[in-house]
Amino acid sequence: MLSYLIRRIVNAVITLLVVTMVTFGIFFAVPTITGSDPALLYIGKTADPASLEGIRTKLGLDDPIPVQYGKFLKGLVAGRDYANGADVTHCDAPCLGYSFKTEQEVTPLLISDIPVTLSLAIGAAILWVLFGVATGVLSALKRGTFLDRAAMTGALAGVSLPIYFTGQLALLIFIHELGWLPDAAYTPFLEDPAGWFTGLILPWVTLAFLFAATYARLTRANMLETLGEDYIRTARSKGLPERTVIGKHGLRAVLTPLVTVFGLDFGTLLAGAILTEQVFNLRGLGYQALTAIRQNDLPVILGVTLIAAIFIVVINLIVDLLYSVIDPRVRLG
Amino acid sequence: MSTDSLAGLTMPAGPAKRPFLEVKDLTVRFNTDDGVVKAVSGSSFAVERGKTLGIVGESGSGKSVTSLAVLGLHRTRSNATVAGEIWLDDKELVTASDEEVRKLRGGKMAMIFQDPLSAMHPYYTVGAQIVEAYRVHHKVSKKEARVRAIDMLARVGIPQPEKRFNEYGHQFSGGMRQRAMIAMALVNDPKLLIADEPTTALDVTVQAQILDLIRDLQEEFGSAVIMITHDLGVVAELADDVLVMYGGKVIERGPAADVFHEPQHPYTWGLLGSMPRLDRELRERLTPVKGSPPSLINLPSGCAFHPRCPYAGRNGDRSFTESPELRGGVHAVACHLPAEDRQKIYEQEVAPNL
Ligand SMILES: Nc1ncnc2c1ncn2[C@@H]1O[C@H](COP(=O)(O)OP(=O)(O)O)[C@@H](O)[C@H]1O
Ligand code: SF4
Ligand SMILES: [Mg+2]
Repeated sequence: MLSYLIRRIVNAVITLLVVTMVTFGIFFAVPTITGSDPALLYIGKTADPASLEGIRTKLGLDDPIPVQYGKFLKGLVAGRDYANGADVTHCDAPCLGYSFKTEQEVTPLLISDIPVTLSLAIGAAILWVLFGVATGVLSALKRGTFLDRAAMTGALAGVSLPIYFTGQLALLIFIHELGWLPDAAYTPFLEDPAGWFTGLILPWVTLAFLFAATYARLTRANMLETLGEDYIRTARSKGLPERTVIGKHGLRAVLTPLVTVFGLDFGTLLAGAILTEQVFNLRGLGYQALTAIRQNDLPVILGVTLIAAIFIVVINLIVDLLYSVIDPRVRLG
Repeated sequence: MSTDSLAGLTMPAGPAKRPFLEVKDLTVRFNTDDGVVKAVSGSSFAVERGKTLGIVGESGSGKSVTSLAVLGLHRTRSNATVAGEIWLDDKELVTASDEEVRKLRGGKMAMIFQDPLSAMHPYYTVGAQIVEAYRVHHKVSKKEARVRAIDMLARVGIPQPEKRFNEYGHQFSGGMRQRAMIAMALVNDPKLLIADEPTTALDVTVQAQILDLIRDLQEEFGSAVIMITHDLGVVAELADDVLVMYGGKVIERGPAADVFHEPQHPYTWGLLGSMPRLDRELRERLTPVKGSPPSLINLPSGCAFHPRCPYAGRNGDRSFTESPELRGGVHAVACHLPAEDRQKIYEQEVAPNL
């Protein structure tokens, strides 16, 4: 078990290293190779050659690419100094450089955005798992009834409607028409838990709808299959009440494979979060990323990509470890 | 003696007390997309406490469906209909409520299944599954149930029961796994134990051990046992009475000694013919009787066995048009051949080849 744990963690670290290489390669090396000048992006087209040269030295853009990558890594782990002669700027670890546009450090900028996206993602995940699994189980138990067909039709809609559509629709109905909810907005949880909740409920529902639909269909299929298993018959033959047979023996077998799917979906969730933040005008990582892409703000794009990658790698690590705990055949095999 | 008397099977005839388990005219149907599966039709039998009833027949003859019906396990299937009477210790189960039957399940009546690997939950330890079985029927703490479970594991011959208590089904060998299933089935001292092909998934030496174990435990607990198998050797060794099933019907029924020494039905002859010697231990699977088992959706007209029966033409066309009823007393048979003819055929054509 311990060696499995260590192996998984080492794997995760290597994956992250590769991710930094690829993103660095794409976002820094490519402009250099293609001749578009990051220094120019940084300082603006009107800059005179001298200050352009100064910026280039300070950002280390004249160094060979491997050296730049080394400095970038060092900045992530230990922080780094940007120096041009006596002009020294220190950037604390984890240093992601400076925004080309605002000239602010990228790290604090992104860190302030993380709670927004995290609140959105976690809230939506809880909603979709609860509703998806509950709908799936009910559908399986009431197979072929009106309830089953209605739920599965709803699920089909959930899978096929884009967030732009469902989000706008929800916005229109619940905020503009009915006025049941205030404008979607992020209020820090610690400041005002109720405000945090009401401000996010619509984005949660919108984002969760998409995934809940997938989970409902998956749960239903898994449950129908599981109910035909011999060990369910054994559970019944022991005289267990039907709710224990389904709620314990059935659900345990249904949820286990769902954990893996859940891990994979977290990546997709980030993409969904970008769109949701856009629709509801929430200033999270996704919003930041879109703005940065529009403005060609390379360090910010790199930073968001890296954070997203870390997020996915860590979630997958957790899911792997969790899976080995809940499936004894993996743990011991 | 009336033709449908069952009491004679294990008890003297007459309006005596009901046998411990009495099944009368049991009929089980499944509605499927392909049509109605007549899985069991008008099956009747009885078992007393301390006795063993063997049910034999080819795969698909309705043996498992019969046993699941006794346990009331078709109730959760929306496509199943069960008719007839099932009396367990003077209580009728077909008309009993779901809750009443559930309380008997695993308590007064328990079942051992064919494939112990798939019959165990992959995500719960063996111990947890036995503890659960005990606690459904006994209001005891987890600790007490644990003691009981470990005791049961030891009783069925599992070494190091404390350690194995915490292991999962897939960590057990086939034989040990079936022992654990038996421990789980017996944890509540059931008065009726149904073993549905308990040794089919096991290798030969282990089969013998498991059968010995079931026999020993039966002696110890005094339970009624229904032993389902398609291995006649098992029946010869364990059963007091035998039921031969074909196409969802009981076609021969009687004390084991009678059925083995004076088999009456041509299908039973075929089954016995696949055993080289009656007095030799045989544990190999039966080589099936020539031809294939009937479809339970479109049963052959008349006697369901007629397409495979060498004697089908001997009664005009009765075998093709009229379904034979199970007739006789203690030893009953469902065949149109007159008893004398059967006697003659058996003595002259069949017995010499057995
Ligand atoms: N739930 C079910 N739905 C439809 N058909 C079934 C069901 N269970 C069993 N059957 C059918 O009933 C017949 C008898 O099966 P079974 O009792 O399992 O035979 P066996 O004698 O091998 O134990 C088979 O043809 C099987 O396909
Ligand atoms: S009734 Fe006819 S077909 Fe059926 S077993 Fe007897 S002889 Fe054979
Ligand atoms: Mg069977």
